[in-house]
Amino acid sequence: MGNVAIKANALVKWFGEGETKTTAVKSASFEANFGELLYIVGPSGSGKTTLLSMISGILKPNEGAVLVEGKDLWNMKSDDIADLRLNKIGFVFQDYHLFPRLTTIENVAIPLILKKMDWNEALKVSMEYLEIVGLKDRAQLQPVKLSGGEQQRVAIARAIAGHPDILIFDEPTASLDGDTGRKIVEFIKTKILNQDRCVIIVTHDSRIYEYADSIMKMEDGKIIGFERNTVTAT
Amino acid sequence: MSGILKIALKLLVNDRSKFIALLVGITFAVFLMIMMMSMFSGILARSSSSVYNIGAKIWVMDPAVNNATSSIPMPDYVLSTARSINGVKYAVPIYFGNALVKLKSGAYQAVSVVGLDDSTLYGRPELIEGNIEDIYSENAFFVVRDSEFKKLESPTVGTEFEINDHKGLVVGIAKVNASGLFGIPTVYTTYNRAITYIPSMRFTTSYILIEPKHDSDIPYIQRQIKNLGYQALTRDQFVQKISDFYTYQTGMGMNVLMMTAISFIVGLSISGQTFYTFILENIERFGALKAIGAKGHELISMILFQASFTALLGYGLGVGLASGLMILAKLRLPSYAAQVTYYNLTFAFVMVLIMAGVSSYIGVRKVLQIQPFDIFRG
Repeated sequence: MGNVAIKANALVKWFGEGETKTTAVKSASFEANFGELLYIVGPSGSGKTTLLSMISGILKPNEGAVLVEGKDLWNMKSDDIADLRLNKIGFVFQDYHLFPRLTTIENVAIPLILKKMDWNEALKVSMEYLEIVGLKDRAQLQPVKLSGGEQQRVAIARAIAGHPDILIFDEPTASLDGDTGRKIVEFIKTKILNQDRCVIIVTHDSRIYEYADSIMKMEDGKIIGFERNTVTAT
Repeated sequence: MSGILKIALKLLVNDRSKFIALLVGITFAVFLMIMMMSMFSGILARSSSSVYNIGAKIWVMDPAVNNATSSIPMPDYVLSTARSINGVKYAVPIYFGNALVKLKSGAYQAVSVVGLDDSTLYGRPELIEGNIEDIYSENAFFVVRDSEFKKLESPTVGTEFEINDHKGLVVGIAKVNASGLFGIPTVYTTYNRAITYIPSMRFTTSYILIEPKHDSDIPYIQRQIKNLGYQALTRDQFVQKISDFYTYQTGMGMNVLMMTAISFIVGLSISGQTFYTFILENIERFGALKAIGAKGHELISMILFQASFTALLGYGLGVGLASGLMILAKLRLPSYAAQVTYYNLTFAFVMVLIMAGVSSYIGVRKVLQIQPFDIFRG
């Protein structure tokens, strides 16, 4: 495995046609490496989420290319892209999107079940991941009975259960208080990130910038700055 | 069961209120459809009970006859001619009529009278009490023990009654395969006694029952009878004629069809609407599954499974409920005419599959439309 997890080349994405055409991302190029905690920051409407969607195989760019571990993502068939998402990329959504009718452990097991793992085996493995996020004793509860921070950790457990190389977080601290937010990011940095994994976080929560290895700033669909090994950002 | 279907099942059944609403909708629809069709089937079966009970292969009748109990008497020459047709093994007359019986208690009760050919007793019922030759004794009648038997004050062999001011004597208790439609008891006697005791028109032969030498002779016999201006029908054709009469000429068929259609529409509306709401509430989760890596066909299989599971469970409950109610009704009302047939079950099953199909289609369309990008955008 090379050091570059994701490479984006001149990505362009627009929505609509004619007078309603809006360009959300304008020629964005960057690299995210294994062992790196990369933040994509910028104000609302700056194109962060669109960029994130394009590099994770969810939204097809109008121009440009995305290489995931060296493979040209958007030249793949749709089923292969789905497989790549399942096997290589873990998602933690802003609203977590946990299944309220399933127990915590069943939520965590979803990627494993999608990978055709036996149900009982999937639950057994999921328990290990719940232990990692410190929620082993909450395994049989439904997500609605958990606090916001705990739900966030369940979502993280679900994202890492499939053992992905790349983890993508969309505004992980948006609905958490400052302390919990910091704890979550600290947890990501110390427990989830490793040399074989790349973590990308989209955020505009400046309170957690200190944990980033790199910060990529966006504005009006353009990457306006990229800082590596920094502790602060403006 | 594969893991993805297990997830689908848990998503469905753990959402109790919607799951129950779905089940109630489908169960209710199946229940109504089965009840309506079963009652109709029961009525049709009973309307043809005489045809089944007599068991003749060919029935000769006036073409205007549209059900077994409304016979139009035929002149005697029809019988003579029928007997002379090539391929006829034998032909006998039978009498069908109604009379008023005065019971021992003084009460009057209408009865259906079947007069069997004196020499052959062709079409005679199976006796559970008494001897068949006792029918030739004076004033003799067999009483059929069916759901209407009690209306004759549960007579036994030796019980006397009056029929049109004639004395009647029960000499046997008979058993028949099917009960009649009109809720009146049936008595059997000989043809000659029947036409003597019961006032009739100039002609007295209700039907002529023919036994052909071979089944291949039937079409020829039918043509010959037609040449006489009468109609010869096989048992199945006669049953079909009766069925057509009740279905198309009495309005009963249309009523049942309308009720069945309404039941289907109500069931479809409830299940379709509830399933759609269920899908809408879970649409973001389906989108999340897509983002995680679920393929389109996996999501479709989840929805199809959810819809099919609910439909089949609702179908089972509906059939069970309808059957249970019919059993209860028959315990309380022995003459209750309803029967669950394979046709009814199959028809309701197909209707339920359509409900599941429509509900699934709505769900699948919605789920396939959702883009994982929408999940990111919130």
